[in-house]
Amino acid sequence: MTAPTAPKFIGSPVRRKEDPRLITGKATYTDDVVLPNMAHVALVRSPEAHARIVSIDSTVAMEMPGVVAVYTGTDLQDALAPLPCVHSIENLKEPAHPAVAPEIVRYAGDGVAVVVADTAAAAEDAARQVHVEYERLPVVVDVVEATTADSDLVHTDMGTNIAFTSVTDVGDVDSAFEKADVVIKQRLVNQRQIPMAMEPRAVVADYDAGYDKLTIWSSTQVPHFVRLLIAAVCGHPENRVRVIAPEVGGGFGSKLNFYAEEAIVAYVSKALCRPAKWNGRRTEDILATIHGRDQICDLEIAADNSGNLLGVRADLYQDLGAYHQLLTPVIPGLTVGMLPGCYVLKNLHVTLHGVFTNKTPTDAYRGAGRPEATFIIERAMDLIARATDMDPVDVRRLNFPASDEFPFTTVTGMEYDSGNYQATLDSLLEKVDYDSLRSDQERRRKADELVGVGLSTYVEVCGMGPSAAMTAGGWEACELEVRRTGGVIVKTGISPHGQGEETTFAQIVADGLGMTPDDVEVLHGDTDITEQGIGTFGSRGQAVGGAALSLCVQTIREKARRIAGHLLEASETDIVFEEGKLFPKGVPAKALEFQEIVDAAYVANALPPEIEPGLSATHFFDPPNFTFPFGAHLAVVAIDKETGKVNIERYVAVDDCGRIINPMIVAGQLHGGIAQGIAQALYEEAIYDDNGQLSTGSLMDYAVPKAAWIPTFELGHTETLTPVNPLGAKGVGEAGTIASSAAVINAVVDALSPFGVAHLDMPASPQNVWRAIKGGL
Amino acid sequence: MLPGEFEYRRVTSVEEAVSLLAENEEAKLLAGGHSLLPMMKLHFAAPSMLVDIGGIQDLAFTKQDGDSLVVGSMTTHAHIAASDTVGAEHGALAEAAASIGDVQVRNRGTIGGSLAHADPAADYGAAVLALDAQIDLVGPNGERSVDAANFFCGFLSTSMEPAELITAIRFSDTGDATSVYEKFAQPASGFAIVGVAAKITKQDNCCVAARIAATGISDRPIRLPAVEETLVGAELDDNVIATAAEQADASLTNVRVDMYAAEDYRRHLLRVMVRRAAVRAAS
Repeated sequence: MTAPTAPKFIGSPVRRKEDPRLITGKATYTDDVVLPNMAHVALVRSPEAHARIVSIDSTVAMEMPGVVAVYTGTDLQDALAPLPCVHSIENLKEPAHPAVAPEIVRYAGDGVAVVVADTAAAAEDAARQVHVEYERLPVVVDVVEATTADSDLVHTDMGTNIAFTSVTDVGDVDSAFEKADVVIKQRLVNQRQIPMAMEPRAVVADYDAGYDKLTIWSSTQVPHFVRLLIAAVCGHPENRVRVIAPEVGGGFGSKLNFYAEEAIVAYVSKALCRPAKWNGRRTEDILATIHGRDQICDLEIAADNSGNLLGVRADLYQDLGAYHQLLTPVIPGLTVGMLPGCYVLKNLHVTLHGVFTNKTPTDAYRGAGRPEATFIIERAMDLIARATDMDPVDVRRLNFPASDEFPFTTVTGMEYDSGNYQATLDSLLEKVDYDSLRSDQERRRKADELVGVGLSTYVEVCGMGPSAAMTAGGWEACELEVRRTGGVIVKTGISPHGQGEETTFAQIVADGLGMTPDDVEVLHGDTDITEQGIGTFGSRGQAVGGAALSLCVQTIREKARRIAGHLLEASETDIVFEEGKLFPKGVPAKALEFQEIVDAAYVANALPPEIEPGLSATHFFDPPNFTFPFGAHLAVVAIDKETGKVNIERYVAVDDCGRIINPMIVAGQLHGGIAQGIAQALYEEAIYDDNGQLSTGSLMDYAVPKAAWIPTFELGHTETLTPVNPLGAKGVGEAGTIASSAAVINAVVDALSPFGVAHLDMPASPQNVWRAIKGGL
Repeated sequence: MLPGEFEYRRVTSVEEAVSLLAENEEAKLLAGGHSLLPMMKLHFAAPSMLVDIGGIQDLAFTKQDGDSLVVGSMTTHAHIAASDTVGAEHGALAEAAASIGDVQVRNRGTIGGSLAHADPAADYGAAVLALDAQIDLVGPNGERSVDAANFFCGFLSTSMEPAELITAIRFSDTGDATSVYEKFAQPASGFAIVGVAAKITKQDNCCVAARIAATGISDRPIRLPAVEETLVGAELDDNVIATAAEQADASLTNVRVDMYAAEDYRRHLLRVMVRRAAVRAAS
């Protein structure tokens, strides 16, 4: 086929088609779904981190006005199968995770009983009157202590808190350390984060007894997984389950899951034959939605005096929380996989410990295991620079693979698709005028200012992913239908919730078929409309979902040319399809409008027998590999020496996410992503006390940064296409978060280096920075 | 979370509010609602009745009364922050108001509501102590006025009687004094980890009067007499002020401690904020 003409919309900052409804309040979120005779569900949640349920008395609650039913874990344990975990980890210990705890609660917030009432207020009031007697059990909080032989246990019958241990041992690590001029040991902590999507989770279920059909509205990133797992957990046939993800107000991985409430509300609707809704409150969402990160790395680095990275040893402790959620044990595996970062590393030994504690389960949170990896390896680079008295730029450059070494296979078996790490770093250094930045820093230091410059050169694994490497499939599906009047419907299996594919997919179609983005409607998030899909996560929307769409566009183009060839009595191979017109090569005067092809396809009275009527296409795209976006970020910070407060003066990033469909949306993804990484670096930390109580259980205590605290971002790009999909797009949803925490902390440590500070854990809060200064004075 | 059930009454006069409070022991006043409603949603407070005084027009004002500035209790933080009347003479009050919460909070929250709630980290506490304010109250037994110094009794506790409400806050003429407010905010809540209001009167460069008060540091806002004594009579320069600021926490016991500031760090921040406030007020 001929290639589409030069792109008109791909690469342009087309305004988001989604925005008018979002910013004028016309969007429909799950809580906006109101159905006749709808019941409301409230959960009684455990105030204890670990306890045996002695008794549950719901007599008072049941007598309250409007109360319809109260279910305990015992009532539900036969009806609802345990919540699923998808993984391929050998010998993983998988304790049952009941939707409602029948006997033992294992974290503060664990569900104990379900109250159903006619109104949300009645349900909440009654939930407060369900009296539960608890017998406290020993609480496990510290993830490293939890691995010791005499530790108290989260799951007593497991006999250990260690769900799995996996060892990665490649090369000859011991001799690398023997040969090393420099050996550095450092503990690095990736503190627990609360994802805090703007919209807390919510579920509505409507059971239609006439069709024996369950319809679920859920604030989810993965409606097709929810369909499958509603079927599996509730025992309802999957072909009579419809899941709708209406407008979803952010997810960041926390809605890449299957939650107890989805099964519970489905059960309630079916049991009572009436619609039912659960709408998570903020404080409830903080306890009962997965948390992210919470990883401790005991790191040893071997290097030579020239700054060459020779080997890495690491003990990684992943706090799993109390249970496996959908992907809990899989996440730290991504840390191990990406531990080499964008450097040539030949010798690696990592022991990964997945450990249960009496806390909210952890799972995917923006970047999911890769921000942790970046933080480890980027801190390591700065530690080598410090030990060898080199510039951090030079250490990085020295250890990059050359641009002609791609595809580049790492010690952990990843095959980096394409890259040019020198190019992004060079572009960054030029953008900031690195030499003058450093001399300015020197000048300000002499004036007694604390100023630091921090780098993070990162690579991430995205575009998830090849089904061969994904436990539950990694393809994506798309349908493209040209309507009779020429408008296009795209039905995609991804489930955007802020990523802007209603716009970017429209741009792709508009260029491919010679129309405008306004001619294209992109439908998603309804399993009765898009019958197959995997969802939106792992920066896969464009790289996998967009790729499936471009296959559909190609199929439509080919069919249009066949029809045109027939109508124009020319060979289809001679038909040119340009800017919405089809004509025999060299004879544009004979051009047919695309609309004439559409008419011919649907009227169908002039089609030869070998051409089927209609103009639509369906494709599944399964990528042969992941994609590996990369880039170089730099932060300049100044620290108030007296209070310890860090101010980010500049934040500059040069990213390479492959083909850019819409630079404005890419910038938006980077802005949000970088802000989220800055949040981890400076502000956010979920803190549990010794009793397993979440001390940061509200937005009065958990410091999500405000917009005004985030600096202006200076962004640049290089564009290295990936060969693994037809678009050349790598993905950009997580890049900012993956890169930025390390850049900011490297800058803070650089600022504090006059005090002898070699490392500071996150968050670099004023108090922590003040202590570091004080310790170094 | 949703609050429990309560009766809601919107009143149009102070008298009506006082009589409803007097008749209903479990009733609470609703001003801007930015402290009470979150507590009700979290079930830390469960009043049987809310007496909404948002409809009493004549409680929202700032005016000059002779030499005094009078601020009505239902005046919002945003109004106080933007008021030229306030800012010209009582910088500490305007700056404290401007530092509260966020735009939404400042547009709804009121000075009377904040003072009556008496959160130990609220910003106005330091300002009213440093500016020597009088708090006008009305109750079943009529009107009375309380010195700011006698108003705060402890954590979320004031000398107000149960059926009393604040009608206005009076600030006497500051003469030649300059007052400022310096705050180090808790990042999540926006409340003060430490907030310091300083009011300093100079003749030539000599300090003739100083009132320094802090919030966030203890169970209530407090004055810092040791700092004041060191400043008064001294020729003001940065060294003198720094020496005075070192006194800030000397006799302090019962220092607040939380995740964001352990005792040593909070004491340190108090000294820093006192110095910064005094330097600015003296300049």
